[in-house]
Amino acid sequence: MPDRHPSKIVERLFKLMALGALVIALGTLTALLVDALLDGGGRLNWQFLTSFPSRKPEQAGIASALVGTIYLMILTAACALPIGVGAALYLEEYVGKHWLARVIEVNIANLAGVPSIIYGLLGLELFVRMMGLGRSLLAGALTMALLVLPIVIIATREALRTVPSSIREASYALGASRWQTIWHQVLPLALPGILTGSILALSRAIGEAAPLITMGALTYIAFLPDSLLAPFTALPIQIFNWVSRPQPGFHANAAAGIVVLLAVLLIMNGLAVYVRQRAQKRLYL
Amino acid sequence: MEIAHQHATKRRIGERVISIGLACCGGLSILTTIGIVAVLIVETVAFFRHVPMWRFLTDTQWTPLFANKHFGIAPLVAGTMLTSTIAIAVAMPLGLLTAIYLSEFAKEGVRQAVKPLLEILAGVPTVVYGYFALLFVTPLLQRLIPQLAGFNALSPGIVMGLMIIPMVASLSEDAMYAVPQGLREAAYALGSSKLQVSLRVVVPAAFSGIAASLLLAISRAIGETMIVAIAAGQQPRFTLNPFVPVETMTAYIVQVSLGDTPTGTLEYNTIFAVGMTLFLSTLLLNLFSLWLRERFREQYA
Repeated sequence: MPDRHPSKIVERLFKLMALGALVIALGTLTALLVDALLDGGGRLNWQFLTSFPSRKPEQAGIASALVGTIYLMILTAACALPIGVGAALYLEEYVGKHWLARVIEVNIANLAGVPSIIYGLLGLELFVRMMGLGRSLLAGALTMALLVLPIVIIATREALRTVPSSIREASYALGASRWQTIWHQVLPLALPGILTGSILALSRAIGEAAPLITMGALTYIAFLPDSLLAPFTALPIQIFNWVSRPQPGFHANAAAGIVVLLAVLLIMNGLAVYVRQRAQKRLYL
Repeated sequence: MEIAHQHATKRRIGERVISIGLACCGGLSILTTIGIVAVLIVETVAFFRHVPMWRFLTDTQWTPLFANKHFGIAPLVAGTMLTSTIAIAVAMPLGLLTAIYLSEFAKEGVRQAVKPLLEILAGVPTVVYGYFALLFVTPLLQRLIPQLAGFNALSPGIVMGLMIIPMVASLSEDAMYAVPQGLREAAYALGSSKLQVSLRVVVPAAFSGIAASLLLAISRAIGETMIVAIAAGQQPRFTLNPFVPVETMTAYIVQVSLGDTPTGTLEYNTIFAVGMTLFLSTLLLNLFSLWLRERFREQYA
């Protein structure tokens, strides 16, 4: 009965197809990286990193974009991390199975699926217009903070769940209050997981261009932002701006910008892996 | 005694304050949702005060930035559906094959090596994929298809599909991994081959989880912005031809945002009306996907 016992050939064929799928996926990654390196490698030098945008591609650089991205990330982290961790603590350590927790949970799952450009529309109306922050660094960071908040909350909750309940019980048994237990026992143990998740959430934010463009971040900034309310630009916006121009010189700049952006992401992901591994060593020694 | 009592009261108040503070943090996520919905509704209502809804839904031209203004969402929806369909046509077979392979066939070492690589693929910023689509994939495809325009739906669609593969693969694999081992063993005991077990036992058993992952992938493709804004063009066109420039809903929002549209004008309102359409379609897909996943979890709980 050939139907019930397909020959080994069919199975091997399937395996080959599956391998092919894997090769396509990973080949894309390779092609992407090689393409960016080949196109932009020639533009990568100190002048590129320290110059402002220019009408001449060979004089243009990413100084304002790189600094803008760094400021943006620091501000986003400062807004999103305390609130995200607080929300996760509330959901995991305080409410338990209350219906409110369920509502917040479904809400967060949905927020995580809202397209990033919609957050840009929210930021445009709420921060730029209603709160009068203008198209400033602060408005951009607040928009980004709302965007990564669901990711931070989800990652922190997972980290909190890995802390064994016996530790909480031991702490309560010694007379500690709920907050003392959380602050002195639970948080230190969950911290590496929280950090790893937060770094990954921020590296998602670093690559985002759509919400910033929608809330009105400018694409041509020839100075460094000097206050929270200063206009700003960021790496992905600068790359988008260069890709959208017809001249090949700007395309090379875009490729070089991509290499820098990917390098920043690589460093952040490496940091996340390092934090995770160090923490594992400490826990299991 | 008195001092100890005071101390305890103080502590209780401190605990109360902290728990209220944390509750506020949790509540902020609900406020975000309310904010999104409120902003979209207010501006969309303002839009429909000038443009009747039936024209928005039935007109087949979208030209709000021209002198002869038409406000039919159809061309933007067509552009979005076209790029998303191409993306899913790429991501579904490749993602599912990868998932089945990783969950049922691959050795542990291969799994451990491939999963982080797929995560990297998913973590590449979309503006990078946009560059890749416009300056690498489109020229490549033009050699095969000479009539392909420099901006088109095909190339960003394919690249978007490649980008979504890790998402489909990882979520589907989770679903397959959750299928109880007993089901597989029973099938093997009846003399099934590995392929039969995979395709006729594991995949059907994990079906709602796999479907949930596909719905999320569609939602992701509809909301994806930078790839289509860079490589698909900015010409709203009521067509299903993948070789010509089109404009998606997201790309239109970007196009208006880059210009100097003053706030409060009708052009300004259009991006919120388009945003509302986008938000509603992704919300429906996300809720449906969430519901499917919950159902799947109950099945094997």
